[in-house]
Amino acid sequence: MSVLVYIENFNGKIKKQSFELASYASKVAAGMDTFPLALVTGKIDDSELQKLGSYGIKKTFKAENKFFSVQNDRLLAQLIKQVAEKEQAELLLFSDNATGKALAPRLSVKLKAGLVSGVVAEPISISPFVIAKRVFSGKASAKVQINAPIKILTLAVNAFGLHEQAVNNEITTIEPNFDLNDESLKIVEKKEKNEGISLFDADIVVSGGRGMKGPENWKPLEELAKTLGAATACSRPVSDDGWRGHEEHVGQTGKVIAPNLYLAVGISGATQHVAGISRSKCIVAINNDADAPIFEVADYGVLGDAMQVLPKLTEAFNAFKGE
Amino acid sequence: MKLLVCISNVPDTTTKVKFTDNQTRFDSSGVQWIINPWDELALTRAVDLKEDGSNPINEVVVITVGLTNTEPTLRKCLAIGADKAIRIDTEPKDAYFVSQQIASYVKTNAFDFVIFGIESGDYNGSSVGAMVAEWLDIPSVSSVSGIRFNGNQALIERDTPTGKEQIEVNGTAVLVVQKGFAKEPKIPNMRGIMMARQKPLEVIPAVAAEALTNYVGFELPQPKAKVKMIDADNMAELVKLLSTEAKVL
Ligand SMILES: Cc1cc2nc3c(=O)[nH]c(=O)nc-3n(C[C@H](O)[C@H](O)[C@H](O)COP(=O)(O)OP(=O)(O)OC[C@H]3O[C@@H](n4cnc5c(N)ncnc54)[C@H](O)[C@@H]3O)c2cc1C
Ligand SMILES: Nc1ncnc2c1ncn2[C@@H]1O[C@H](COP(=O)(O)O)[C@@H](O)[C@H]1O
Repeated sequence: MSVLVYIENFNGKIKKQSFELASYASKVAAGMDTFPLALVTGKIDDSELQKLGSYGIKKTFKAENKFFSVQNDRLLAQLIKQVAEKEQAELLLFSDNATGKALAPRLSVKLKAGLVSGVVAEPISISPFVIAKRVFSGKASAKVQINAPIKILTLAVNAFGLHEQAVNNEITTIEPNFDLNDESLKIVEKKEKNEGISLFDADIVVSGGRGMKGPENWKPLEELAKTLGAATACSRPVSDDGWRGHEEHVGQTGKVIAPNLYLAVGISGATQHVAGISRSKCIVAINNDADAPIFEVADYGVLGDAMQVLPKLTEAFNAFKGE
Repeated sequence: MKLLVCISNVPDTTTKVKFTDNQTRFDSSGVQWIINPWDELALTRAVDLKEDGSNPINEVVVITVGLTNTEPTLRKCLAIGADKAIRIDTEPKDAYFVSQQIASYVKTNAFDFVIFGIESGDYNGSSVGAMVAEWLDIPSVSSVSGIRFNGNQALIERDTPTGKEQIEVNGTAVLVVQKGFAKEPKIPNMRGIMMARQKPLEVIPAVAAEALTNYVGFELPQPKAKVKMIDADNMAELVKLLSTEAKVL
């Protein structure tokens, strides 16, 4: 028996989300009297893989085949199935991001495993297996029971945090034994962008809404973000109107994020916006309307004009950093 | 080409959610039901592609797994421009169950693309699309943000963690769409609403399938502590609180 985690890497660097997943796996595996294993695909150095040992991973499998450098969900799922069966995994774990959302459901079908996505905590009980997840876009949480011998979970980003626990991590290279010739998908063009800090990975996010009045006013907001080492985000109308790029849109129909600190500037706090940010550890709202609904979900509020407050806030953070 | 758009029937996004039966069941009294926002965008794009005429699309079908109460949502899909609606007559138990219903329909009715939204606004499973692809053993493209045609060749645009990719697909595929696929949902016009009444809405029986999960209870979040207001002229105070009280700096 084992717990198998799928670890993602970006150009050979393991993602923070994956370390969080490894921490979670170690904790849950201990509660199930078993141990956590990791599977990594693509090109990655052993020295980088060793880092998984700091989060309790005892054994890491890597599959280097070039086909796994591209996202072919069908092939990846086959590989994960082989490892899961060989290692008798009774629990498979993925991050609740695009990759996890693409792979976990395929494994659920392949292994007849019960899947719960977007979990936010450790299992409530192991037998029966009951776990909490967020539902209705964060307006409620639910307890779900899995009625199948094999279970699969996707872990919401920033729900568990990093917990170090150093163990010896043994790395094994594996060769998949199935036909890798799947010609059904062909990548004909690839565009990489340099977007700075990714919204999903950012600890702090500074976000602007229609109250910013126009794209020309974003400079003070960007300066604040720079001071804080934060990513920038926006509300939907802001990206719909082209003031900011679509990749910045957060909310029910945009990205769902959970930073430690979310600063909402000139954002009214519509329920669809809040759906994307409600798991933030701390929310600060800057708005010139004392009745704006964002103040109902914020931890700290500043009543005032964004253009005046932003530079003052940047100055205060700079002073704090200087101390 | 034929497109199948899978529709989830969900409470309006502004619904105040409540539960009944000792917090074990969603309380649907007074709830307004809508097309899941992602599915609405998927349908919008599918109908636009067909109506544009220069693309090789000749039929857009919508399908939902649900009881009679989902029919108004399907009628709305027809009013938006779908040619035909299918309702698989059963309670949608979980993604494992729903995906088998849809896969079984696609096995006997060929489509070029089977299109899903990234998640349903109610139970936020993000699962049905990729599960259907697996049941059918066909490729799936996730994080799809665009589709266009070059003659008969579909070009799919998807977001990757580091940028964008254009993908050519050969054969039937599942597309799981997200932001960008269409901008604004299509609002049905009077003619669409009239025509929807004449369009076919087929009800077909469910196939035998299992569910692997069930909901045992729900909880509403604890009411949040009241917001602490900080004077706009005292940002040093805010920074101090973020550091010492909230401990997020
Ligand atoms: C199906 C559906 C899905 C949706 N999905 C999303 C989503 O994913 N994300 C999203 O964000 N929205 C979404 N929306 C839209 C949402 O309902 C709101 O319309 C939107 O969030 C409002 O954006 P806003 O707060 O930037 O603008 P507004 O609502 O116009 O608010 C602007 C705010 O700025 C304040 N303000 C004005 N001037 C100043 C100033 N000088 N200084 C400081 N404050 C100022 C105002 O008091 C106001 O509170 C969705 C809607 C629907 C129907
Ligand atoms: N009951 C259903 N009937 C038809 N399609 C569905 C149903 N539930 C979910 N879907 C589709 O699957 C997508 C993902 O839903 P989910 O996995 O429930 O989050 C939705 O956006 C729909 O396209």
